[in-house]
Amino acid sequence: MSGLDNIPIQVEPAPALARDFGNALPILGEIRHAVARLRHDGEPSCIDLGAMPFGPGDEARLMTLLGRGEVSATVTALGPTHVWETGYPGVWVVEYQNTEAQRVGLQIEIDEVPKILRTQPADLDDTLAALEARLREAAGRHPDGASDSQ
Amino acid sequence: MAVPIRPQPRTLGDSLRQNGVSRRGFLKFCAATASMMALPPSMAPAIAAALEQARRPSVIWLSFQECTGCTESLTRSFSPTVENLILDIISLDYHHTLQAAAGDAAEHAREQAMHENAGNYLVVVDGSLPGPGSNPGFSTIAGVSNLQMLQETVAGAAAVVAVGTCAAFGGLPKAAPNPSGAVAVSDIIKDKPVINVSGCPPVPMVITGVLAQYLTFGTLPELDAYNRPMAFFGQSIHDRCYRRPFYDKGLFAETFDDEGARKGWCLYRLGCKGPMTYNACATMKWNGGTSWPVESGHPCLGCSEPDFWDAGGFYNAMSVPVGDSGNVLLAAGAGGLALGVGASLLGRHKRAAAKAGHETVTADELEQKL
Repeated sequence: MSGLDNIPIQVEPAPALARDFGNALPILGEIRHAVARLRHDGEPSCIDLGAMPFGPGDEARLMTLLGRGEVSATVTALGPTHVWETGYPGVWVVEYQNTEAQRVGLQIEIDEVPKILRTQPADLDDTLAALEARLREAAGRHPDGASDSQ
Repeated sequence: MAVPIRPQPRTLGDSLRQNGVSRRGFLKFCAATASMMALPPSMAPAIAAALEQARRPSVIWLSFQECTGCTESLTRSFSPTVENLILDIISLDYHHTLQAAAGDAAEHAREQAMHENAGNYLVVVDGSLPGPGSNPGFSTIAGVSNLQMLQETVAGAAAVVAVGTCAAFGGLPKAAPNPSGAVAVSDIIKDKPVINVSGCPPVPMVITGVLAQYLTFGTLPELDAYNRPMAFFGQSIHDRCYRRPFYDKGLFAETFDDEGARKGWCLYRLGCKGPMTYNACATMKWNGGTSWPVESGHPCLGCSEPDFWDAGGFYNAMSVPVGDSGNVLLAAGAGGLALGVGASLLGRHKRAAAKAGHETVTADELEQKL
């Protein structure tokens, strides 16, 4: 038996389960008021969870309370942005990440569609211009009006 | 001979588009910037409109009596992220820790930035500096005293941002007995706005948040009594602490490994200075939002407050008087004064008297007296 075996080893217990520090339910209440504003006045809201004094476990508790709905999307711009509708239609979670997949922001949006998923009017202008240029180019390549093979 | 000039983006909108950032990416940038500036998310469209037209401000960063922790805080923030974009967007024309140039070339860069952006550039200072009555030799750069360099550089600045507790309040160099006669930037600069971003080091997002505010709106943020931005220093650590409910219930950790510590109870009795400390740690957290001292089980040291180093022991509860006998004796002993001997004797006498006069009392006896 080597000397190393005489050194008592204390096995670390498994990490304790995340605890609820009581900050999730008030956010749920705020969401409830925001949903009422959206329904009655058409006013969307956004709650920045990064500004909340969450303890360990509070965010997980809130996410459990909200659940997952039937829509999810990922936007790839300056790193991924993960968007999903919660179990409450109209209540969305938007998680902004940088290019190294580290979170830079976490928001709850109460809206029909989160802003980052909407197409910007300026992008529609660019789309129009790009499509028109493409069609002009195709027409120039095929003066007889034949369709572009691409 | 004409010097070729690299074309610089005129506005932030130009800069982002030049870097291939889409409009959704820009919206994301604005949402994260609003969060960084501690503004409500509803401000994102206003930020987008303002940032679209924002111009790159020139920033001159002066490092005096400091440990480089503030620069480490800023540059070691997780990257690439909003902070880095802000840093890319500002024109950091002089920072002697980060810049490649050295010696005369470095000092020339500072003078050139001052000349070309007269009246419009920002000066960021980290570190305190030997005051007017002190030996300037304690801290010099290129043979120039910190005091002279500060006064020269600030003369044409729009505003000064004192980053870190040393620049804001004197910090560790000013701690008793303050051998270098250290003073804060605001002790010297009286004719320009000075924004104090205190902390040892400050939360990186707070540093860039202040720069983003200036970049976005061209204005300086609302300040508290210590000239700190209200958006980040408006509430105490205690008021924003997730352990606050335990304080209200009277549940405290008494040691670092007792049941209370394991259950995440309030750290007040272990010396937490959260009730007297104003900072954004409880919400912005550290290491990319991973955690912060209280969440990792350590009391707040109060590092963003003036003279935190001399505010009693880090592990003394705030209810323990700052001027306790231990500190008095230590200070007197360091001076080697006759007073020290007197204080020492006085302290010993007080302790002996307290020991002799100590009486135990039971709860029943107390009730009888009441």
